[in-house]
Amino acid sequence: MDLTTIVILVLTGVLLLLSVIKDRRKTLAALCVAYKGFVRLLPSILAIILVVGLIIGFVPARWIAQVIGKNSGALGVAIASLLGAVLFIPVIIAFPLARSMLDMGAGIMATAAFITTLTMVGFVFLPLEIKELGKRFAVARNALSFLAAVAIAVVIGVIIR
Amino acid sequence: MNEKADAAANGKKRSMRERIRWDYTILFLLIPAFVALVVVFPDKGATARHVAWEYFKEMVMILPAVFVIMGLVSVWVGREFIVRFLGEGSGVKGVVLSFILGSIPMGPLYVAFPLAAVLLKKGAKVANIIIFLSAWACIKLPAELMEFQFLGWKFTLVRYLATLLVVVILSEIMERIFFKEGYALPGERGADGDV
Repeated sequence: MDLTTIVILVLTGVLLLLSVIKDRRKTLAALCVAYKGFVRLLPSILAIILVVGLIIGFVPARWIAQVIGKNSGALGVAIASLLGAVLFIPVIIAFPLARSMLDMGAGIMATAAFITTLTMVGFVFLPLEIKELGKRFAVARNALSFLAAVAIAVVIGVIIR
Repeated sequence: MNEKADAAANGKKRSMRERIRWDYTILFLLIPAFVALVVVFPDKGATARHVAWEYFKEMVMILPAVFVIMGLVSVWVGREFIVRFLGEGSGVKGVVLSFILGSIPMGPLYVAFPLAAVLLKKGAKVANIIIFLSAWACIKLPAELMEFQFLGWKFTLVRYLATLLVVVILSEIMERIFFKEGYALPGERGADGDV
């Protein structure tokens, strides 16, 4: 077990303990929410594990490095952001997927752009967003998310080399 | 009002059920595909199996913490809390509050839309609402645990700061260009006409 895992587990343990001390029933309710969330996401989690295995096992790393690799530049970022905008998967399983991309030689900029559009641009939610917040707002926000994905990717690319 | 709430609840339930079915469909298509590929190509299959197992072990280690944090947040930080503090404060304080409040709760983005609508009606700054929704979408406290684990502290921290910077600047520009005179929700505009 690496340090990160231990820190996270200890932190969670402390918070849980505090919660129990403060209010037992609320803590029980929290665990109930946790369990429900787990059950709801379980198929996605198992699916992403298989997908990651298949990607690393069967897709030649050369391809990924070529399309969204360090030297793919603007085109790589564009492809990764489009991919992220079209795909629709829960945030929690997006990070393991992102790491498998990095392990395969994807560039850090493309990976960051992928995560950002994956989570911020929601074509699936667009009708609902228009209904709740109006067309102008929804279109403006989604457009902004696209721009943001590219800008965030550039900032990250400049800082992390 | 009640009818509306019921309809919303039904809509939510239905879409949730649809999603679960999709999840299972994909999973049950993936399992035989995975097994077949591993059997037919033992060489590459060994890598695939090994990688899947390593990721599985890592997930098992971290997921209980992620979901417990998710549960604790949803119980201790209610929706009322968010609405109470958001839309208050202006300038830098408003921006920081929007970003932080957006990144605390868990739940898909569509849960945040009605909240955003309420806040817009209350007269919150459009830029702050965009910041709130952006943070809600891509910086989630429980999900950040996954990011720490899988992508490391450095990537997580840099992405967090980069997102804050970019979203704040872009939403301000967006507001100046498109929402100079504020923003009326579709329903509201009609009501104004009636009056």
